[in-house]
Amino acid sequence: MEGTKVPASARERWQREVLEPSLKKVPERQSTFTTVSGRPIDGLYTRESVAAVDPSVPGEFPYTRGLYPEGYRRKPWTIRQFAGFGTPEQTNARYKQLLSAGGTGLSVAFDLPTLMGRDPDDPLSRGEVGKCGVSVASLADMETLFAGIRLDAVSTSMTINAPAAMIFAMYLVVAERQGVSWPSLSGTLQNDILKEFIAQKEFIFPPRPSMRLVTDVFDFCAKQVPRWNTISVSGYHIREAGSTAAQELAFTLRNGIEYVQYGIDAGLDVEVFAPRISFFFNAHNDFFEEIAKFRAARRMWARVMRDRFGAKEPRSWQLRFHAQTAGVSLTAQQPYNNVVRTAVQALAAVLGGTQSLHTNALDEALALPTEAAATLAVRTQQVLAHETGLTDAVDPFGGSWFVERLTDDIEHEALAITETIDRMGGMVEAIEEGYPQREIAQAAYTYQQAVERRERIVVGVNAFVADDAGKTPDTLYIDEGTAEAQLTRLTEVRAGRDQVQCRRALEALKAAADSRENTMPTLLDAVRAYATVGEMCDVLRAVWGEYEETPTI
Amino acid sequence: MPIRVVIAKPGLDGHDRGAKVIARALRDAGMEVIYTGLRQTPEQIVAAALQEDAQVIGLSILSGAHMHICPRLMELLDQKGLRDEVLVVVGGIIPGVDVPKLNEMGIKGVFLPGTPMQAIVDFISANVKPTVTT
Repeated sequence: MEGTKVPASARERWQREVLEPSLKKVPERQSTFTTVSGRPIDGLYTRESVAAVDPSVPGEFPYTRGLYPEGYRRKPWTIRQFAGFGTPEQTNARYKQLLSAGGTGLSVAFDLPTLMGRDPDDPLSRGEVGKCGVSVASLADMETLFAGIRLDAVSTSMTINAPAAMIFAMYLVVAERQGVSWPSLSGTLQNDILKEFIAQKEFIFPPRPSMRLVTDVFDFCAKQVPRWNTISVSGYHIREAGSTAAQELAFTLRNGIEYVQYGIDAGLDVEVFAPRISFFFNAHNDFFEEIAKFRAARRMWARVMRDRFGAKEPRSWQLRFHAQTAGVSLTAQQPYNNVVRTAVQALAAVLGGTQSLHTNALDEALALPTEAAATLAVRTQQVLAHETGLTDAVDPFGGSWFVERLTDDIEHEALAITETIDRMGGMVEAIEEGYPQREIAQAAYTYQQAVERRERIVVGVNAFVADDAGKTPDTLYIDEGTAEAQLTRLTEVRAGRDQVQCRRALEALKAAADSRENTMPTLLDAVRAYATVGEMCDVLRAVWGEYEETPTI
Repeated sequence: MPIRVVIAKPGLDGHDRGAKVIARALRDAGMEVIYTGLRQTPEQIVAAALQEDAQVIGLSILSGAHMHICPRLMELLDQKGLRDEVLVVVGGIIPGVDVPKLNEMGIKGVFLPGTPMQAIVDFISANVKPTVTT
């Protein structure tokens, strides 16, 4: 982090004649002021605080002030609430409720067995089916999940990574059966395996074959599903795991660089696949630092794509992102306070120019959200979008000495981190070396110590504590009926399918995995034959092996 | 003799921030901490506790699978005759209705989000069983 520049005379005079006499009477309330990420903050920012003002305008390189010249004046951001729990029937009902409440996009949360490529009857799935998201084992579940929802009438985001290609194949076959053409589909596949190794740890295969699945999706979509966002390069989970804002930005953009490099190395045309890369950031508590982070992200990515990769098309330079408010900032104590935290975080995401937004529900430190809590989260965005004037002017903080300076500082700090990873040979190498994992664990512990010492106040937790026993809201409870229902359906699917067709499709998948051939066509055939997620992943586990992390504290 | 603690993450969930933070906090408080890593079965956790002569097992569970994992772990401790020798504590997202059930199983320390690290250190120090000699 850099110190403030040598003060120019006007500022110097103010400090000497105005500030210092005032401080002699009453000192400031603490000796240093820092952001949530530990970045020192001066008391006053002036023209002299900013080395050179970014002269760019919205809609032009490097897009610091936004991707679109009209900002949100043409269309506000997309309200996209992440949801999924229990059986596909239960989640399908929640989607219909979210759409009727005015939601404009769907976002699927899968349960842990699905995320880990395990079927509901796998011994490791015991107790986890439908708990953290919806259970999807085969095409039959995917058909139920989207029953009554035309796939060309919604855009769908799917948070799935290690088995992303398998789940995406299921979505494509559901579209096929609805008579919806693939080129008319829009949505996003998270498909970001690198941040799984770094932060969220839902990995299956080792990094290199995992990267091949990612580039297979890039290649397939470029030819067949051109409007689909093939990846959502995600800082969200990195931040939730404890990183600072600058680390979130740096690791995410460096992951983005890794994907682009692997795509180019796989022989793909950067101008074709780069515009389908999207991003996903956390909207955390530190209001100004977060706005600066989003502005810096756009500027850095535009430069990376133009200067590092030589992309010529503006669409290849543009960083489009989804934001979600910080789950980690929510408290189990006095849960209604979470509504306020979420609203302020959402405000930062919007002022940072997000394309879509998920606002967390107030009860998420306790359980998955209830319907009432999920609706309030949507209403929070609608109040911001329609009652506050927030969408009227583009990049309202552009030109703020404070925000411009923070934007520059966070960019410099993130650049230094990405250069460290370059020197290691790339992100796959850095992950194998444990570098980002270590840095994040250290930052998480440093933060927790600050909370412990009450250098950071968490309202309701280490200050303004109240006894709220008995006042916690009702929460959603997933009972064991979900697992039973999913086991029954799985048995029916396995009994009802054409066994020969299914076996042949899985053999073809194995052959594709063994060769350099794109795995997507064989995955589609396996899905059509009702092969399960677990069966498809088992085939690939046998070919590629499984990744195991070395545990470190 | 420092208190020996096995910190484990059972189940399929990979969110290890809490496990790692508490492992460091216990280590900084002078305890000897063994972190098992991700996706450990109750069998593996009990085996690790035996092998490491652990007096404490700390589980981090955020996925809602605690009512499957905890009874199995306590059953295994019973079978090994360790139930009265090893203190078991759990941290994570645990619905309030499940806390008394965990207590009844013999898991007295259930720590929800927002618990100060010092409170966990103090609980372990106050409730740890005398060192077993094997």
